[in-house]
Parts: sequence; structure tokens; C-alpha cells
Amino acid sequence: MAFLELKNIVKEFGPVRTIKGIDLQINKGEFIVFVGPSGCGKSTLLRLIAGLESVTAGTISLDGRDITEVPSSKRDLAMVFQSYALYPHMTVFDNMSFALKLAKVDVAVRKEKVERAAKILNLTQYLQRTPKELSGGQRQRVAIGRAIVRAPKVFLFDEPLSNLDAALRGQTRVEIANLHRDLGATTIYVTHDQIEAMTLADRVVVLRDGLIEQVGAPLELYDRPANQFVAQFIGTPQMNVLAAAALPELTRIAGARLPADGSVGVRPEYVRIGRAGEGIAGKVELVESLGSDTLIHTRVGANVPLVSRQSERTSLKLGDAVGIEIDPNALLFFDSQGRALREMQRAA
Amino acid sequence: MKRKPPFPLVRTIASWFIALLLFFPLFWLGITAFKTEGQAIAGNLFFTPTLASFVEVQARSDYLHYAFNSLVTSVVSTVLGLLIAAPAAYSMAFFRTKKTRDILMWMLSTKMMPAVGALVPVYVMAQTTGMLDSLPALIIVFTLSNLPIMVWMLYSAFKEVPNDILEAVRLDGATVWDEFRHAILPLTMGGIASTGLLCLVLAWNEAFWSLNLTSAGAGTLAALIAQYSSPEGLFWAKLSAASLLAIAPIIVFGWFSQKQLVQGLTFGAVK
Repeated sequence: MAFLELKNIVKEFGPVRTIKGIDLQINKGEFIVFVGPSGCGKSTLLRLIAGLESVTAGTISLDGRDITEVPSSKRDLAMVFQSYALYPHMTVFDNMSFALKLAKVDVAVRKEKVERAAKILNLTQYLQRTPKELSGGQRQRVAIGRAIVRAPKVFLFDEPLSNLDAALRGQTRVEIANLHRDLGATTIYVTHDQIEAMTLADRVVVLRDGLIEQVGAPLELYDRPANQFVAQFIGTPQMNVLAAAALPELTRIAGARLPADGSVGVRPEYVRIGRAGEGIAGKVELVESLGSDTLIHTRVGANVPLVSRQSERTSLKLGDAVGIEIDPNALLFFDSQGRALREMQRAA
Repeated sequence: MKRKPPFPLVRTIASWFIALLLFFPLFWLGITAFKTEGQAIAGNLFFTPTLASFVEVQARSDYLHYAFNSLVTSVVSTVLGLLIAAPAAYSMAFFRTKKTRDILMWMLSTKMMPAVGALVPVYVMAQTTGMLDSLPALIIVFTLSNLPIMVWMLYSAFKEVPNDILEAVRLDGATVWDEFRHAILPLTMGGIASTGLLCLVLAWNEAFWSLNLTSAGAGTLAALIAQYSSPEGLFWAKLSAASLLAIAPIIVFGWFSQKQLVQGLTFGAVK
């Protein structure tokens, strides 16, 4: 039986239906990431679980108990907010021990728990400071510490890294992963950053427009997306998706598997740039050298964009004529509605 | 770069002129209080100061009695007002409905009506309930007349509290009272203090209702001052002495709390 279970959750704000019926089962100890473009409802879904918004329909149960109507304060969940939401008038110690104080936990126990959490998070020397005397990264750690101290049933993270700069974001991401490995706490993490989703999650929930598009392990989503949306949302740069009829050469590469009115997807790493005259004829439109990778944007056939990603550096320039090879085993096929055509993938 | 305003000298002179113009009546009141009645009418700037008028005022009418009434009515009405306004402002700031704005505007609109418009009904109510010339009557009227301002000021103060912090407190297991006590109260202490201070000053300075609803028994310092502008003629020195006695406490008080007061008046206006 699932630890946290959402059954047919619907949320309406006035006439607007933000969450359109979501079913999800989360197991104990799992790290779940909600990912999707802005406005997809991922934060709303998290707030519904937290009890900060009330559901319009459906039920939420946690550890065998129906918590749909239970107020936030009694759900035994801890949340890390995007803005950190630290209590500005309290010291770091008081911030972290506040929930225990409200729960009337013994002072000595409180002190011990806070000190243990502070040690894990490298905050010991800052315990007597107030939040405004801390850097962004330290504040974020206090927010996480506040959640850890309580040992809640579920940790909720609402885009916790989006206020940090890139270097700190990477570092904190690793810390969160380590923390989850050490504590093994059930975690739900909301982000729009698919790198965070791929690196942190046991399972990723991809949301769009108030509905779940796909739930699965990170690489499963990458390799076997359920539809064109997931295919293009996961992975940077985006998967190339071409209409089946856009390029006559596709028939040669894909053979009989090519859906007549659907489309074909191929990840940039399976698009190889070769000498002009070999494979599909194309023209270089842009070269992005990232150091470890090189992204080559080309146009093929009737002005169809195709991006290639390679680990070697290149001397290609804008306007150069090239020949492009596509790995036939790496093709994904979608029907006219954008649904993945499973039986055709990796055939041949 | 910030542009410097033109004509610094002209502006300095103009500001001093306006400041002195506003201050002059107070200054004149201050020196007249230390004159004899004769000197007061003569209007000289130089004279031998005397405390005769103060002695006379205290002898003719018990200053401490009126001061006590002023103190009780202003303090009690302020505390009472805060107790009523805080929950009202809380619900409007954190649980907005479509009508919240309208209710706030409606409350404020009651301050736009001239007080004299309500004089007869209020007077008759005080009379029929036997509350004429009593402290409770004044306290009720002061509380009610300051309530719209208090709700507005507290509302603006509460609005400044980030919603995330309240949600964090709730997730930490706080009840509504915990939330108020541990988050809202400490975070809005400045706003609450300035609301209280302003209403204290307003109640202390209130003259219209004190003059109309009280006489010797529950009269405030405003009533004391009014005694010295009688049909038999003006007694400038004694009037000034009484006025100085009436405004001195609140001026001292205002001097020490001016930072809070200014903060309260501009609350929400400047980010």
C-alpha cells in the first residue's frame, strides 16, 4: 500500500481548473520530483498535499490516514519554500526549533535535535545569527534544517534552489541528494529545472496543464517518453521532432516503421555531422561550443531545423554544407496526437 | 546621480519661514503662559516670567483631575481599539474576500462625515443611558471614532507580512493563536505600536466630543482649556497656561515617539 496516495485530485480557483484529476501513489522513502513548465500545476499540487490549499475534489491519504480535510498544522509535513520563509525575528536556532517548541518538546531534546541537524548542514557556527546575517545558501540550509529537525512524514520542497546562483545550485543539489540518501525520508520536490529532476528523483512526475503526462524513473522518461511533450521537455538540448513527411530521407532511415501522419523524434546525440555529400544534406546555422559538448544547429531539406550534439570540438562555421547521419536505432515515433508509438521503437 | 534641487538658499529660507510660521503660535502660547494678564494683553516679547497663571489655573480648576480623565480615556480607548481592530485587520489582511476592499472603504467613509452630524443622536443615546459626563461614554466614542483608522493602519501593517512565513508557521504546527503570537505580532510590532501611538494622540487631543458630552465630572483637558475662554472675556495668560498644561504631556510623548508615528503614517505608502 502506498505511503502517500492522491486519488482523483481536482483543484479549481474560481472558474479555472488548475488540477484536472490526478492519481498518484508515492512509496515510503521515495524521492519524487514534480516537473513541468510554468503554470502546469506542480506547485499547486504540492500546496494541496501540504494543505495550504484545499482540494475541490478527490482525496489525499498519508500513512493510511485520510488527510484531505486535515489542516496543514496537523499533517506532519515539512516544507522548504522557494523564498525560504525563515522567521526574520528569530535566530537560526529558534527558527529550527520552532516546530518542536510548538509541539512542547523538552528543551534539552530540542537543543540536541537542532544541534545534530546543524552539524549535518554545517550551520553550527551560525546558530545564534538571525536570517538577515546569512548568505542565500546558508538561509536555504536553515530552511532545510528547519524541516529535518521535525523528522516529518514527508518533506516538501517548492523550487528550493531557484533563488541561488548556478554554482551554489549545483552544490546544494548534491547536498540534498546526500541528505536524502542519509535520512531516507519520503520527499516531494517541485522544480521546473529538468537537471534537478533527472539527478535527484527516484521517480519523476511530468505535469502539463494540470494533468500527469508521465511518471517514471529519470532514464525511463529519457529513453521511453510517453509522448512528444515529455520527449521534448526532458533533455537538453531538446529532442529533434520532425514531421514524418518533412524529410524524404526519413523513409530510408526508418523504413516501414515511419508513421504516415505522425512524427519522428531523435535526440541530438544520435545526430552525427559528417562531410557534405554523405547522408542528409544540411547547412550549419549556429555552432554553440560549451567546452565539453558542441551543439551544431543545422537546417536540412525544406528548412527543417535539426540539432546535433557531439563531444568533439568542431571547426564548422555558419553556412558550411554538411552531411548528416541519423542513428536508425535511436528513433522515436509519435502518432498524429503526439503519443509515442511503442511497438515501433527500436525495432528492425 | 541624484539631481540637486535648484536655489538651495531660497529653499532653506522658505523652509525656515514656513517652520517658524507654524511654530509661532505655540511659541507665543508658551511665553504668554508665563506672563501676568496685563503683560499678556500688552504683548511684549520681554518680561519677567511668573508662575502666577499656573497657580491660578490649578486653584480654580483641578488640573490633575482633568489630566487623569484625559489619560484614562485615551489609554483605555486605544487599548480597546487595538483589541477590536487587530482581529478585524487580521481577517481582512489574510482572508480576503471580494468585499474586503469595500468594507475598508466603507469604514473609512465614516470618518468623512462631520462629527457634528452625529452629535444629536449620540448625545441623546448618552442621555437616555445616563452616560452623560461619564468616562465610559467618552471611551466608547473615542474608540469607535478611531477604529476605522486603526483597522486601516493595522491592515497595512499585516499586509506586509509575507504569506510564505505564515504558511511556514502553519506547517510547523501552529494554531491561529500561535501564528498571531509568534509570527504576526513580532513582525508587525512597529505597525501596531505606531497605530497605538497615533490613536493615543488623537484621543488625547480630541475636543469636540469631550466638550459636548462632558462637563466637570468626566471632562478632559480640552474641557479645561475651554473654561478659560468664557463669555466674561478672555484671560489670555490663564488660557495659555491651561493650554500649555494640556499639550505638554502629549508633546513630550510625541517627541520621544516621533519616529514610530511617522512610520505609522507612511505605512504601506513607501516600499
